Amino acid sequence: MAMAADDIAALIRAGIPDAEVEITDLAGDGDHYAARVVSATFAGMPRVRQHQAVYAALGGRMGGVLHALQLTTAVPK
Amino acid sequence: MSEDVQARIDAVVKNNPVVLFMKGSPLFPQCGFSSRAVAILQHLGVEFESVDVLQDQGIRQGIKAYSDWPTIPQLYVGGEFVGGSDIMMEMYESGELAELFEGAAKAD
Repeated sequence: MAMAADDIAALIRAGIPDAEVEITDLAGDGDHYAARVVSATFAGMPRVRQHQAVYAALGGRMGGVLHALQLTTAVPK
Repeated sequence: MSEDVQARIDAVVKNNPVVLFMKGSPLFPQCGFSSRAVAILQHLGVEFESVDVLQDQGIRQGIKAYSDWPTIPQLYVGGEFVGGSDIMMEMYESGELAELFEGAAKAD
């Protein structure tokens, strides 16, 4: 089971409306992705909370249909 | 989720200064993310306890509820959840992880 990169980005943007989302298909197999998510809402949040906010936007898919997503989060410069 | 599993996880986390919940063992990791987490800890020369979640389905599911974190590996230092392998790598590269372990060693 896998997800399309656009679907992942759309879910993240739906949960975090101001997010800039960049998805990279790491292996070209539609199953191993890297995501970089930049949002002003992350300001002042520890990294664990930033990642949890992204996982919440993905609504339980992380660790399920979405097996491998390398995640990097940041606040806009 | 059974309370018994949560209590068992809590005991492991609280009774060990550094614990990695992972798939497989440090010698034979069963997943690339777990392998990366082990490599980071070994590179920093940190002694750590490891729990192979593949040996215990209760812990495999329970650890995700314990930390509200959907994936494995998970690193705990001084009883606190630090993060998964992405956060470990980021903190390793920035030097924060080394600082965290220096701080934890002094607190002992």
